[in-house]
Amino acid sequence: MGKARSAGARGKAPGAPAGARGGRTRPNPNPFEVKVNRQKFQILGRKTRHDVGLPGVSRARALQKRTQTLLKEYKERDKSNVFKDKRFGEYSSDISPEEKMLKRFALEQQRQHEKKSIYNLNEDEELTHYGQSLADIEKHNDIVDSDSDSEDRGALSAELTAAHFGGGDGLLYKKTSQQQGEEGEKPKSRKELIEELIAKSKQEKRERQAQREDALELTEKLDQDWKEIQALLAHKTPKPEGRGGKEKPQPDAYDMMVRELGFEMKAQPSNRMKTKEELAEEAQARLRRLEAERLRRMLGKDEDERTKNPKHVSADDLSDGFILDKDDRRVLSYKDGKMNVEEELGGEASASESAEEEEEGSGEEGDPEESDGPDGHSDLESDVGSEDGGERAEEDACLVPGDIAIAHDGGAREAARTELPYTLAAPESYEELKSLLSGKSVEEQLLVVERIQKCSHPSLAVGNKAKLEKLFGFLLEYIGDLATEDPPGLGIIDKLVVHLYNLCQMFPDSASDSMKFVLRDAMHEMEATVESTGRAAFPGLDVLIYLKIVGMLFPTSDFRHPVVTPALLCMSQLLTKCPVLSLRDVLKGLFVCCVFLDYVSLSQRFIPELVNFLLGILYIATPKKQSQGYTLVHPFRALGRNSELLVVSDKEDMATWQRRRLSLHWAAGPKAQTKTEANHTRLSCLAVCLALVERCVRVYGALPSFHDIVRPLRALLTEHLADSSRPRELQELGQSALTEMESHARLCRPLVCEKSKPVPLKLFTPRLVRVLEFGRKQGSSKEEQERKRLIHKHKREFRGAVREIRRDNQFLARMQLSEITERDAERKRKVKQLFNSLATQEGEWKALKRKKFKK
Amino acid sequence: MEREPGPGGARRALGRLVEAVLASRGEANAVFDILAVLQSEDQEEVQEAVHACSRLFGALLARGELFVGQLPSEEMVMAGSQGATRKYKVWMRHRYHSCCNSLGELLAHPSFQVKELALSTLMKFVQLEGEHPLEKPKWEGNYLFPRQLFKLVVEGLLSSEEDRSLLLSQFREYLEHDDIRYHTMQAAADTVARVTDGRPEVPLIFWNNAFTLLSSMSLPRQEGDLSSFYVKHVELSDKWKVVHLKEHRKAFQLMWLGFLKHQLPLRICKKVLVIMHDAILPYLAQPSLMIDFLTRAYDIGGAISLLALNGLFILIHKHNLEYPDFYRKLYGLLDPSVFHVKYRARFFHLADLFLSSSHLPAYLVAAFAKRLARLALTAPPEALLMVLPFICNLLRRHPACRVLMHRPRGPELDADPYDPGEEDPAQSRALESSLWELQALQRHYHPEVSKAASVINQALSVPEVSIAPLLELTAFEIFEQDLKKGPESVPLEFIPAQGLLGRQDDLCAQHFTLS
Repeated sequence: MGKARSAGARGKAPGAPAGARGGRTRPNPNPFEVKVNRQKFQILGRKTRHDVGLPGVSRARALQKRTQTLLKEYKERDKSNVFKDKRFGEYSSDISPEEKMLKRFALEQQRQHEKKSIYNLNEDEELTHYGQSLADIEKHNDIVDSDSDSEDRGALSAELTAAHFGGGDGLLYKKTSQQQGEEGEKPKSRKELIEELIAKSKQEKRERQAQREDALELTEKLDQDWKEIQALLAHKTPKPEGRGGKEKPQPDAYDMMVRELGFEMKAQPSNRMKTKEELAEEAQARLRRLEAERLRRMLGKDEDERTKNPKHVSADDLSDGFILDKDDRRVLSYKDGKMNVEEELGGEASASESAEEEEEGSGEEGDPEESDGPDGHSDLESDVGSEDGGERAEEDACLVPGDIAIAHDGGAREAARTELPYTLAAPESYEELKSLLSGKSVEEQLLVVERIQKCSHPSLAVGNKAKLEKLFGFLLEYIGDLATEDPPGLGIIDKLVVHLYNLCQMFPDSASDSMKFVLRDAMHEMEATVESTGRAAFPGLDVLIYLKIVGMLFPTSDFRHPVVTPALLCMSQLLTKCPVLSLRDVLKGLFVCCVFLDYVSLSQRFIPELVNFLLGILYIATPKKQSQGYTLVHPFRALGRNSELLVVSDKEDMATWQRRRLSLHWAAGPKAQTKTEANHTRLSCLAVCLALVERCVRVYGALPSFHDIVRPLRALLTEHLADSSRPRELQELGQSALTEMESHARLCRPLVCEKSKPVPLKLFTPRLVRVLEFGRKQGSSKEEQERKRLIHKHKREFRGAVREIRRDNQFLARMQLSEITERDAERKRKVKQLFNSLATQEGEWKALKRKKFKK
Repeated sequence: MEREPGPGGARRALGRLVEAVLASRGEANAVFDILAVLQSEDQEEVQEAVHACSRLFGALLARGELFVGQLPSEEMVMAGSQGATRKYKVWMRHRYHSCCNSLGELLAHPSFQVKELALSTLMKFVQLEGEHPLEKPKWEGNYLFPRQLFKLVVEGLLSSEEDRSLLLSQFREYLEHDDIRYHTMQAAADTVARVTDGRPEVPLIFWNNAFTLLSSMSLPRQEGDLSSFYVKHVELSDKWKVVHLKEHRKAFQLMWLGFLKHQLPLRICKKVLVIMHDAILPYLAQPSLMIDFLTRAYDIGGAISLLALNGLFILIHKHNLEYPDFYRKLYGLLDPSVFHVKYRARFFHLADLFLSSSHLPAYLVAAFAKRLARLALTAPPEALLMVLPFICNLLRRHPACRVLMHRPRGPELDADPYDPGEEDPAQSRALESSLWELQALQRHYHPEVSKAASVINQALSVPEVSIAPLLELTAFEIFEQDLKKGPESVPLEFIPAQGLLGRQDDLCAQHFTLS
């Protein structure tokens, strides 16, 4: 049966492909060719792919494929000549078709050039496109161009394109074949065809023009009607009454203005200018928001969240709402600058206003408004966007007059301005900066720094950002140098700090890096001496000033801050590792204490070292100690040379003492002081110390073991108060600190841990797993499933390949067999023929013999 | 002796003299000339003379031309009617003796080169004399060592006048040899006893020298063959004391006990205590004898007590020592300075060991925890980072102490019931208290400290936190860690700066001026 079917299939082979292809779409009419795989059970959700098969058809297809490929190969197995395609780059896919064509063209040219046209001087070679001369095509192009006013220019009709560029074989041929049917087997010549085309397009063009004119007329009419109605609506005599319909209206000044404005570059759409109240409110809101962020950072709440969400939004990151407002302002000022011609007064006013802002940004203005300050700098903060920067540069440019106008209030400054060059390149090295600044007065130095900043604003050139970043480091170094000078240039530092702040706002990362570098330097130095001797001398004024500056540039209340936290540690080291050996050390130590307390003024964090240090200072200011109720820690010793450093015994000095603020100059260098002065300084130090103690008491009053913390301080203070020879002011200070201490309630509530979540009991409910696929594959992990799937696929493919090979072999064997049988049959036939002929020959011979015999 | 100019001249002259003496006994009087040069002012000449002596007596010793046995007095022999050879030998032995004495004096020479040379020459004599003993062996295989000569060397080293640490470090290489070490221990013990005998005040320099010598003595740990001898012997006898490690240990112990029984200066005391646990205690024949010294040191207080802890601990732990009130004394050692001294790491390591026993009573552990917490209120951050986990570990080990951090429904108190002044931990009422100090430290300015203190807010986790890596933490390391903490974005201050001292209400501006 199988044989019969295969025979049938083979018989059908030539027509099979069509049938197979058709089989996909419509059911095979022959029910004997359909094999149905009957299912025993209907299973829900299972897709059946092989319920119906067409074995005969597919076998026929396979056979045909084999005869086309395998058989061919088999037949050509002994042939050695091959067909070679030598077209350039025909089979390489890395050359684009255009390139390929170009290369081919070049090659062809070369070949021709080499062969024939060596002596051909006028290179009139004919350019072709798809085998047609381009000159011909150009002629046709003229025709196409003639209807240039048609709306759909450029989009040529398919016929036209085909006619001109298609080489005349594709569409044209088709058309002719179509026309063949119409015009009765009489093909048109090419010329006729083209003429027909031209005629057709001309007709089309005419039609279009007519249509357009109609439309125009209609609109005109509509306009006319509208004007009449409009006149009625507006209760006005229509002006353009007298004008003819076709006549163009005479443009008046207003219209011209409108047109002009229309063509002018449009200003960016902006919100309306905000009123003062609104601005104030916004500033308030911003401050509130920043404060809220600061609080969040102070509590360190995002410390854990940061791991999940590493993107930290800084408090001063103005990427949200506020930018809009800022942009707004800038656009307005820009407009003001433009409109200067028309609104002289207003423009001037606003310019000078923004100039004021500018001034206050650079710290010249005496008393800037709190809320406006940040606004003034906000434009400095986000100058990464070049567009913003560009605008800002323009703003700067138009602000120059205002700037100068403001400047005349300080005569010295004016003079300085005239002397100094206006453009200053940013220094590349510290020495350069120093040479720029050396020998100049405070105002001049400030001007220089300001101009450097302006001249190399990041918006002006590419490398300016790096330059200004470096400038921050140089300025820091300069400040350090100033602080170590004798006497220290504190006045300049005071002013330079503002510039540092601005630069830091611009480049927080590099600023923090330089700050870290400076701190590390200081710590290294101290560490080295601590390693060797176990103690270190108080560092110079520069380190103290750096610490102070850190507190101004960065928010000190953060739970953790990349710069502030190391700075805090640095101060802690200063207070614990540096022994107090002289009055100068006391002064420095107290300054560090002040800075330390300033750092924690908002966060109110606890500093054990500070309490220890204040205790030590109080101790060295106490005569006749009983040493009860307190123990001194490291930098201070109960006995020794410096244990009575701050004790003042001179009655007269005590009487003449007046409380004054301590000068940082004293901390800087050795300055000869008279005995009275020294005594006065001692008393001032003591006063500061007492004030700090009071402050500590106030800040730490809420801490749980407050009384244990201040117990030693209290013991010393009571000792102090026992000595009644002190100036009254000191006594009062001590007394107030003591009463403050007493006033805090001693309340000890036992500690209780936070309730943690109870650990859930182990339950024995079954674990539910979603079953996605039935069969062997379920119940394993995703990777395992994937692996199994791949293995399965591989197996299937492998089997398929083996089967194919087997069938190929069978096919080949069949072919060989048929060849052999054919050959054998041939041979048999020939042998038979031979035998036949021989038999006839024999017969004839015998017949002849018989004839002879008969005769 | 005729002098020729230049060092070369002196050398040649001395060389000739040495040749002459060695060549014939008749020239023996030239020895006086050589010995006279030893007293010379010129450093070069002295060096040449030392070289010459070394050669001369080295050769004589090797030849056996020195009198062997109990040395009779010179006059007696000269007057007597013994043979000329005997007279010569006795006479030469006397010269050798005086040569050694002057070499011993040269150990105090101002020039270090001379000292070094004298030392090496003396040691060479020791070696030669050991090989060719100048005493008669009392029995067959008697161990003989030039004790007199060697004592001279050790006495020279342990000077009371100047610091000999350089020379002692030179001497250290001889201590590699077992016999030298053994005899040095004996000689040093003798010398220390002699110097301190009857003298109320012993100079610090002597103690320093003695300590340097004593501390450079290191016995082999195991009973191996003690055979690296400086004095070469043909055959080592098992009967000799010097080949037994036990004898070495005895000598070692005698030496240290002799040294430590005196009233040592505090600095030396500290040094001894520092090396006590690994350089002294393991080598003593009877370590428990050290208890006297250790208890004395422990009672001194301060850093010395901390250091003595280590030795005491070894005695208690390994040698079954009963020490009453140990924990009470340990409790007494805790004062604010404990966080600031150099030996903080060692102390807390030991304290951790002492308190690791789970059989300690709860009141004791609570008292320690409370005391440490109280002290933490004055500690620098690097110490806090160590002591906070320490306290938490204590609470973990002793669940009975958890009331310190978790006391639900406890009564509200007016004051902390804990009495910091009480010396007896049992009376300190620590168990009735709570660790409010840690709650205060949660507001510490350093984020890590604050985090470490916040651990008590939750129930403690079961596994202990290892404090070993935290013991040696320095502020500088924390500083570096903080600096390296990730490249996060830097928040900025939003209130603009106005000047160096800040706004009016800032403390700096209130108390300082720039003018």
